[in-house]
Amino acid sequence: MTISALTPGFADPPIQAQGVFRLVLDAMARPGRIATLADNAPSAPAPLDDATFALALTLLDFETPVWLDAKLDLPDVIESLRFHCGCPITKEAKEACFALIGDAASLTTFAEFSKGTPEYPDRAATLIIQTEGLAEDEGWTLRGPGIKDHARLRILGLPEDFVQRWQTNRAGFPNGVDVIVTHDRRLACLPRTTSLEV
Amino acid sequence: MDDVSARKTWLSVLAQSERSDIEAALSDYPLPETEVLRPAEVGLVMVRGRAGGNGQRFNLGEMPVTRCSVRNPAGHVGHGYVQGRDKVHAELAARLDAALQEPGRRAALTKAVIKPLAAALARDKETIEAKAAATKVDFFTMARGESE
Repeated sequence: MTISALTPGFADPPIQAQGVFRLVLDAMARPGRIATLADNAPSAPAPLDDATFALALTLLDFETPVWLDAKLDLPDVIESLRFHCGCPITKEAKEACFALIGDAASLTTFAEFSKGTPEYPDRAATLIIQTEGLAEDEGWTLRGPGIKDHARLRILGLPEDFVQRWQTNRAGFPNGVDVIVTHDRRLACLPRTTSLEV
Repeated sequence: MDDVSARKTWLSVLAQSERSDIEAALSDYPLPETEVLRPAEVGLVMVRGRAGGNGQRFNLGEMPVTRCSVRNPAGHVGHGYVQGRDKVHAELAARLDAALQEPGRRAALTKAVIKPLAAALARDKETIEAKAAATKVDFFTMARGESE
């Protein structure tokens, strides 16, 4: 019968999912601050980063359509998401609650994703972007709610005009997408309220 | 029997058999070590019925179901869905499902475990049916000589 490359999810789903949820909640409340997964987080099936996989296990379920970019649109990734999260995989970026982006450099415009409506700004998509590196206290300057004075964050591997695109996204407040960037076992958040300066 | 219907049969047998019966049948056949993909978890499943077998569908009630998924070193994924709250039973069913998918083990395991368990389930069913049949009452009306 069929051979599968499925890998284990959380060993203790309620506790570990709560742990990751708390992690991303704190990261979202403090934009630019890098959070690191607990040691017992499961290792991800390639090419997902461990942080991306942990976020998927925590945030995705049967009510959240997920869009995958070309790099992650692989049978093993889809099988893993379907088995562990039970989430529908959509080809229509507009319908997606979450987008998993494996190749940050090829990131398309944010306009492709749902940015919510004035009545329901919470229906905007959340983009989970795998990057080539994250560093605090260097790089871009971040300002906005949750940040005292300013914070600094360097994200490697994003397209050159990311800051411009981000300012366009921010100008549409209260609508707009939120972004979680991941690298290996670490993640940081850019909610739509945060402004970026080079 | 093709793979799908064979798997349906053994999953059904494993789901309905008592854990102690499976363990007893397995005593001579150690199962290979497996990796747990999804730890055993208990949930509720809505059981639906139809009055008389063909009426309107209605929700009969919920029953507890325990499920577990494992993967063996050969890469076969085994799923165990059993009635009740016995997590060990669900994991055992999942490990057996994975082992039964291996061509090298299937024949021996089917003969030693699945066939006897299926036979025991069939016997239990027959006993219940026989008991029910013994209490069957046939109603008939005796002629009372009214129609001359």
